[in-house]
Amino acid sequence: MRRLLQPDGSLVEGGCSRLGPEQLVEALRWMLLSRLVDARATALQRQGRFGTHSPVKGQEASVVGSAMALDPAVDWIAPSYRELPALVRHGYPLERILGRSMGRSPAATRIPDGVNVLPNQVALATQLQHAVGLAWGLRLQGRPGVVMAYFGEGAASEGDSHEAMNLAGVRRAPVVFLLMNNQWAISTSREVQSAGQFFRRAEGYGFAGVQVDGNDLLAVFEAATDAVARARAGEGPTLIECVTYRLSFHNTTDNPRRYLPPGWLERAECEDPIPRLEAHLAWLGLWDQGARAALEAEVAEEVEAAVQAALAMPPSRPEDLFDQVYALPPERVRRQRQELLQHVQEP
Amino acid sequence: MPEKLFRVALREALKEEMERDDRVFCIGEDIGLFGGSYRVTEGLLDQFGPMRVVDTPIAEEVIVGSAIGAAISGLRPVVEIMTINFSLLAYDQIVQNAAKIRYMFGGEVTVPLVVRLPGGAGHQLSSQHSHSFEALYAMIPGLLTVAPTTPEDAKGLLKAAIRTENPVMFLESMSLYNTRGEVPDDDYETPIGKAAVRRVGRDLTIVGVSRQAVLAGLAAQRLEDEDVDAEVIDLRSLRPIDWSTLIDSVQKTNRCLVVEEGWTTYGVGAEVAAGLQQRVFDDLDAPILRLGGAEVPMPYNRELERAAIPSVDDIVREALRVVGRRVAA
Ligand SMILES: Cc1ncc(C[n+]2csc(CCOP(=O)(O)OP(=O)(O)O)c2C)c(N)n1
Ligand SMILES: [Mg+2]
Repeated sequence: MRRLLQPDGSLVEGGCSRLGPEQLVEALRWMLLSRLVDARATALQRQGRFGTHSPVKGQEASVVGSAMALDPAVDWIAPSYRELPALVRHGYPLERILGRSMGRSPAATRIPDGVNVLPNQVALATQLQHAVGLAWGLRLQGRPGVVMAYFGEGAASEGDSHEAMNLAGVRRAPVVFLLMNNQWAISTSREVQSAGQFFRRAEGYGFAGVQVDGNDLLAVFEAATDAVARARAGEGPTLIECVTYRLSFHNTTDNPRRYLPPGWLERAECEDPIPRLEAHLAWLGLWDQGARAALEAEVAEEVEAAVQAALAMPPSRPEDLFDQVYALPPERVRRQRQELLQHVQEP
Repeated sequence: MPEKLFRVALREALKEEMERDDRVFCIGEDIGLFGGSYRVTEGLLDQFGPMRVVDTPIAEEVIVGSAIGAAISGLRPVVEIMTINFSLLAYDQIVQNAAKIRYMFGGEVTVPLVVRLPGGAGHQLSSQHSHSFEALYAMIPGLLTVAPTTPEDAKGLLKAAIRTENPVMFLESMSLYNTRGEVPDDDYETPIGKAAVRRVGRDLTIVGVSRQAVLAGLAAQRLEDEDVDAEVIDLRSLRPIDWSTLIDSVQKTNRCLVVEEGWTTYGVGAEVAAGLQQRVFDDLDAPILRLGGAEVPMPYNRELERAAIPSVDDIVREALRVVGRRVAA
């Protein structure tokens, strides 16, 4: 497993970071923002003002480190449901992501034109297939982009993921398969998903596979930039397995106390990527209490502004029920839409 | 009779069948340690161990495909698919194999398989998690498809499903898991293929599919205020359909409304309405009406989701139309 950053914040012997001071602080900023959104979204969900939320907590280095290898102007993200900071960095405004989970108007929460992000995908592993087609489509149209597709080690058991990776290998599609091995798929442990190592599957598909410490921002960034460069150069896909730990519940409907072995969470918390990156910044002499407090305050303000903006978005309208099923609605849909509107207009 | 939760009734059926017959085992995602996403299988892992309560990788197709193989080997698998929405990944195995193997091998091979399929809207789970797809399974020859609505039937039908030789698609409405009802203490089966008359009436027959049968019962109470005496039939068995119970009822009431949560077009209601008009056309005083979900992918927004599935109000309104009353706004 590739690792650059030691738990104490120093580099491994011979290790070399590709991230400069500004990028390191930028990464930490995304990670702190993500952590704060998790807390805020969870609180709002408990108040009935937010839908189901799947926290990124614990996986921030994997999500942020991989996303920072992308050029939002040309590259695409095919997300699953646990990659919020990657989407925000790529240009999907935070308030729109939050507004969508609050069920606000589709018009107010849509992914803006020009933001190269597919909608969240909860039908596990299906986005991997779209990623292959999307990448191939970009190629055929002479567009330069690379697609980064996120999925969990649980989703990796779906036949869809095998078919997607196999085809990507055959077509040398410019896709990076980012497998987030956070050890859990709801209550199902990593051992129940596979008797083998996830990253080794790449060999069978005929492309590169690497395993990195997913709580090590530097190692994730290095693996992702290499993979993106290969894809851009026409050298085909890469499978990156980020070994990380889910430090929260699966989502707001879950209670991990029902299945986590005693002590598991406490051990995993020692690997938290945020203190590790902060230790690195301190090791570089770039970090102190004051800098942290300032960054935290800035992030808190940004998250709060996004939450307020989302809460202020217009609600869905009754006609949103029928709009967008078809580009050209057939008669039956038009009639149902009309009946609904009559119905809501009557007192 | 003691009152029990719907989910507990299901759990008892599994437990008693596993105790009675060593060949019965459960397989699915998060069913062991976690006790199932809806806690139906809670406690079974402790009692029966991991060989008979099998947590699987997240791979619906191989869950069903391997269960078919296990059934062929002589076992009696009970699959839990986390929601019926994910069963589409296994649709090929169910439709192309489970439903056909017996026929293709001239009865030499049987597939005594039960696939438990939680489903239905109302939980803000959005388009890919909220449908119930009754018609997709009810239309397949070789399958038996049931949808219980009371704890008593949940237990009795699950036992019958486990004991029968053909594959059974066992549809569970997620909104019913926390409902209570009387459950007999003795070992009983609820026969597959029989509808249940839940309320006797003379003015119209309301046929409800799955949870909509429960809502139809509530609508019937409201219709009393309008001086309409509705007979409510819980279809229970979607394949085969209990035509004789439906015919007897409609021959008496001469009017019929069919209600389901799924899309109306090509739905269960279409089948019931067509089958009834063929059989009892001369007894009908009005066209049979169908009421179903809005023909859209299930929306995420709470209010829109509520608007997308038939409510008690909707059933009352349509029932009044069937009996020829103008609806007060
Ligand atoms: C096809 C399909 N099957 C099952 C589910 C239910 N489900 C949602 S998330 C999840 C666990 C996924 O685990 P993993 O892929 O490891 O991702 P993680 O949640 O750990 O990020 C399951 C089983 C689903 N959404 N889609
Ligand atoms: Mg996982």
